[in-house]
Amino acid sequence: MKDISEIRSDFPILQRRVYDKPLIYFDNGATTQKPLCVAEAVKEVYITYNGNIHRGVHAMSDLTSEAYENAREKVMSFINAGKREEIVFTSGTTGSINTIAFSFGERFIERGDEIIISNLEHHANIVPWQMMCERKGAFLKVIPVNDKGEILFDEYLKLLSHKTRIVAVTQASNALGTILPVTEIIEAAHSRNIPVLIDGAQGVQHGIVDVQSMDCDFYVFSGHKIYGPTGIGILYGKEKWLSELPPYQGGGDMVDKVTFERTTYNELPFKFEAGTMNYSGAIGLGRALDYVTELGREEIAIRERMLLDYATKRLSAIDGLRIYGNSANKISIISFLLKDIHQYDTGMVLDKLGIAVRTGTHCAQPVMDRFGVEGTVRVSMCFYNTVEEIDILGTGIEKVIRMFS
Amino acid sequence: MTIDEVQYNIIEEFSMFDDWMDKYNILIDMGKGLPVIDPRFKVKDYLIEGCQSKVWLHPAFDGNVITFTADSDAIITRGIVALLIRVLTGRTPDEIIQTNLYFIDRIGLRQNLSPTRSNGLLSMVRQMKLYAMAYKAQGSGHTAHGDNL
Repeated sequence: MKDISEIRSDFPILQRRVYDKPLIYFDNGATTQKPLCVAEAVKEVYITYNGNIHRGVHAMSDLTSEAYENAREKVMSFINAGKREEIVFTSGTTGSINTIAFSFGERFIERGDEIIISNLEHHANIVPWQMMCERKGAFLKVIPVNDKGEILFDEYLKLLSHKTRIVAVTQASNALGTILPVTEIIEAAHSRNIPVLIDGAQGVQHGIVDVQSMDCDFYVFSGHKIYGPTGIGILYGKEKWLSELPPYQGGGDMVDKVTFERTTYNELPFKFEAGTMNYSGAIGLGRALDYVTELGREEIAIRERMLLDYATKRLSAIDGLRIYGNSANKISIISFLLKDIHQYDTGMVLDKLGIAVRTGTHCAQPVMDRFGVEGTVRVSMCFYNTVEEIDILGTGIEKVIRMFS
Repeated sequence: MTIDEVQYNIIEEFSMFDDWMDKYNILIDMGKGLPVIDPRFKVKDYLIEGCQSKVWLHPAFDGNVITFTADSDAIITRGIVALLIRVLTGRTPDEIIQTNLYFIDRIGLRQNLSPTRSNGLLSMVRQMKLYAMAYKAQGSGHTAHGDNL
């Protein structure tokens, strides 16, 4: 792996200062910073070959279409999908889950059916299913978690029934960091012929993802959480499912033939790509995946584990700091509270020390409810963070405690 | 003291400090002097809710001026509310409706005005002005939420 100073120099924003202090960015769970090569790839689209995809006979349209389809191939190999038809570009994780919740619901859900999610989901993997359940008269079943923030697998097995139509769980909790046993979850569901959607928003950027060996039926993630642009995301679906599902949105590019009497739909993956897609975002995402691959995904996982262990040790040593989410199997996230200090106060002071953390419910209110808190402070690290930054965070937290005690 | 005089004093007090930690320390101290809301008003009806911290704000009108009491579960927020109350409590509805709170900008709290920053000053100021408008309308026969309404 590249030297850390070399890695950090790939990210221009990491050189900046905020409130006259070096920026320490620990909000990677919300969005990651972008390497220069990604920003340049997006810029290149607009200044050298911009044209709308799949539409024109002209050179600019061809060049952009080619770069867009090339990005699809990159995504395909990054998650080891079997076919390019199985890779759909969307606006993000939320867009992907809404697509499946709608289309799967239309095709397969009847009154009284059940959908299983876990207590660790963020709102994007709760609300679309709730909306579908309301429309279809179906029910949401929730896998409970223990005090460490791990799902109770036996309870999951009990929830699986002849009424279960789909299981949709996160690969890792955005609020606590817990990594879920997705392979086992999928195996148990498949033994009953139930498909599984894995929400990879907090998983794909932290290690190797192989959708074929995982054997998930759907896998979704966001570009901006894996060093790519905002507004672009991925919906992977096994071809047998995607070809069965009706389209989610109608419009240009997703159609085969349109008359006022009847419209036939385009083939996969275009059936799910209505309207002008965010092609510059897709191309930027392709470049981001190249960057991550060049860095080494195993190396990223090892470095992030080191940072998590170091930070856990440093923060646990602070008197009055409570960590929420204590599974041995975590992504590089630490969620905590200090004594009786409000998370907002902690976040406001850390901000002025140049340290960016997230405070609040992390768009996962049911997780907060489970632990009886109104919110936490979340430190989410990634490979470009350093142990020195963690030390500064530790000192900053100690300062917060002094200020509010 | 007029509203402008109070704003001038606040700007003076903050101008002594450049460092944000010092500014926060003043806010923490000011929060301690906040006219605390009666616990029976710390209910949903008086909550200005956001996803970051909670603020309860209670108005009382004596027919002439409005007296505000408040509380927050976050200490810096409590300090910010205390500042607002210092400027706007004991004023007539007209004064509150018409006032321009330029001190917020001048002491560097502008970031807290952002509508996406929950419990930003904006929603607190808006709520205080809404109460003032409601009390004013009361004179012309309208009713609105709040005490003595």
